[in-house]
Amino acid sequence: MSAVLEVTDIKKNFGGISAVDGVSFDVREGEILGLIGPNGCGKSTLFNCILGQLTPSGGEVKLDGKLVTGLRPAELNKLGVSRTFQLLQVFPKLSVRENLILAGQEHQGNMASRLVGRSDAGLTDAADQMIGFFKLDHLADEPAGGLSYGQQKLLDAAMAFMGGPRLVLLDEPAGGVNPSMLADLKERLVAINREKNATFVVIEHNMEFVMSLCSRVMVMAEGKVLAMGRPDEVRKNPAVIEAYLGH
Amino acid sequence: MSGFAKPLKIALGLAAIAALIIVPMNFNRYGLFILSQWAVMSIAAMGLNLTLGYAGQVSLAQGAFVGIGAYAAAIMTTHGWPLPAAILVAIALSFAVGWVLGYPALRVQHHYLAFVTLAFSTLAFLVFRNESWLTGGIYGISNIPRPHILGFATNKPLPFYYVCLGSLAVVSLAVWWLIRSPWGRAFMALRENPLRAQSLGIDTRRYTLMAFAIGSALGGVAGALYAPLTQYIDPVPFNLSLSLDLLMMVIVGGAGFYFGPFLGAMIAVLLPEWLRFTEGYYLMLYAAAVMVLLIWSPTGILGILDRYLAERRTKAASALHAVAKSRLETAQ
Repeated sequence: MSAVLEVTDIKKNFGGISAVDGVSFDVREGEILGLIGPNGCGKSTLFNCILGQLTPSGGEVKLDGKLVTGLRPAELNKLGVSRTFQLLQVFPKLSVRENLILAGQEHQGNMASRLVGRSDAGLTDAADQMIGFFKLDHLADEPAGGLSYGQQKLLDAAMAFMGGPRLVLLDEPAGGVNPSMLADLKERLVAINREKNATFVVIEHNMEFVMSLCSRVMVMAEGKVLAMGRPDEVRKNPAVIEAYLGH
Repeated sequence: MSGFAKPLKIALGLAAIAALIIVPMNFNRYGLFILSQWAVMSIAAMGLNLTLGYAGQVSLAQGAFVGIGAYAAAIMTTHGWPLPAAILVAIALSFAVGWVLGYPALRVQHHYLAFVTLAFSTLAFLVFRNESWLTGGIYGISNIPRPHILGFATNKPLPFYYVCLGSLAVVSLAVWWLIRSPWGRAFMALRENPLRAQSLGIDTRRYTLMAFAIGSALGGVAGALYAPLTQYIDPVPFNLSLSLDLLMMVIVGGAGFYFGPFLGAMIAVLLPEWLRFTEGYYLMLYAAAVMVLLIWSPTGILGILDRYLAERRTKAASALHAVAKSRLETAQ
């Protein structure tokens, strides 16, 4: 399996604090990589560095072997890297369908065709398929702000998949989602991973969710990689146990 | 506005258009001037509504773009160029300048951006006033001709009013198309959540610059009509207070609502006329009315309507819900 994403020695300093301190790893084609670690260990900062939302203080990011460090988030998204956010980031006034059309429209045509072409950029069918896939059918025309928290989380995830991404970075997709909806979410993620051959990196605190979803898990602590391996290996790693359970 | 049935909306729209065409036929010179001014200011306010209301970029420079358009039209038409050519130049010029003015918006937001655009507004005013070789300085440019459209002279107030109204119609259609296109959606995403927009592949830089450029270009169109409307321009009407007036039109009408600028411009242009009987007090009354409105509804007049319709929808939905629930209970 080839690496979709290669991260080499990424560093990010905020003043004197190094939030990410030389992290290297790769993500293999088609895998679901879990990323865990205590709060404040640099997981989200690492995501933001990979995605161009923050400029890393050092190191490089390669997508399919091509250097992409320093590209802007919109450019990375066009190259097939998409994300979800830790906190809800849907557009509350737009309907569920409109949110999904918005999420896909920049992947259709060019600026000119988006101005003179169809209002929905030809995405209504694709949006409705996604709505069906995430079982949000009865909510398609509702403003996204009126959905329950869990439903908005599903929509947020669905939006990340609209452009047909190769690599999706999910930041705590399970946070605040009730157990029955969580099972749904996991099932959807696994299905997209298999059917669409999308590769995922998932930040998550819900251990059961991570361990059952991911093929490999990376553990971070204090801005560094503490361990990397299969879920059962990581779970038994003494360093991980210490980082999580304290001294 | 989705609360109204579609046929009713179409009927209302046609009635409004018919009224705007037929009713002014009996108006005197002054009434036609006021109504033409409304059409011109609606165009400028629509541009600002695009920049501010839809894309969320504060601008205190829309008046300067009206000035740029007005001077472009005045200079060209007094040198024998036809007005349509002058309008095209006004569009190109204010689009280009608006694009450049968009660059600060990539770095600063909200009131900081307001200050940058305010400084630009002052700069433009100084150019209009001081570069007399081009603009006539404080003496301005007079005898600005009104155009011949397809052989018809529009010197008289009524034909020229129709020129303004026709231009407003064309601009309205173009803006309507723009805001329902993917661009409109991207502008709104820019306003609501630029971070999320970026992660969805929306090139926020390009759309921000476009929002400024297109909004400013409409300011230019308004200016290019303003010059032949008044037939005389000097720098004073294009100072900062015009930018503030246009901002108020957008906010009072309802920023981010399609019909906001029409309504806002109507209030800003007509209300002072209606309040004229109060003589010295009219500006005070007008100011007080605006304050009360914004305290009551920060989203402007259309914000009130929007809230009312949303409430009605919620009530209708909960009534349906109650009916369904009671049916379920009786069935058990």
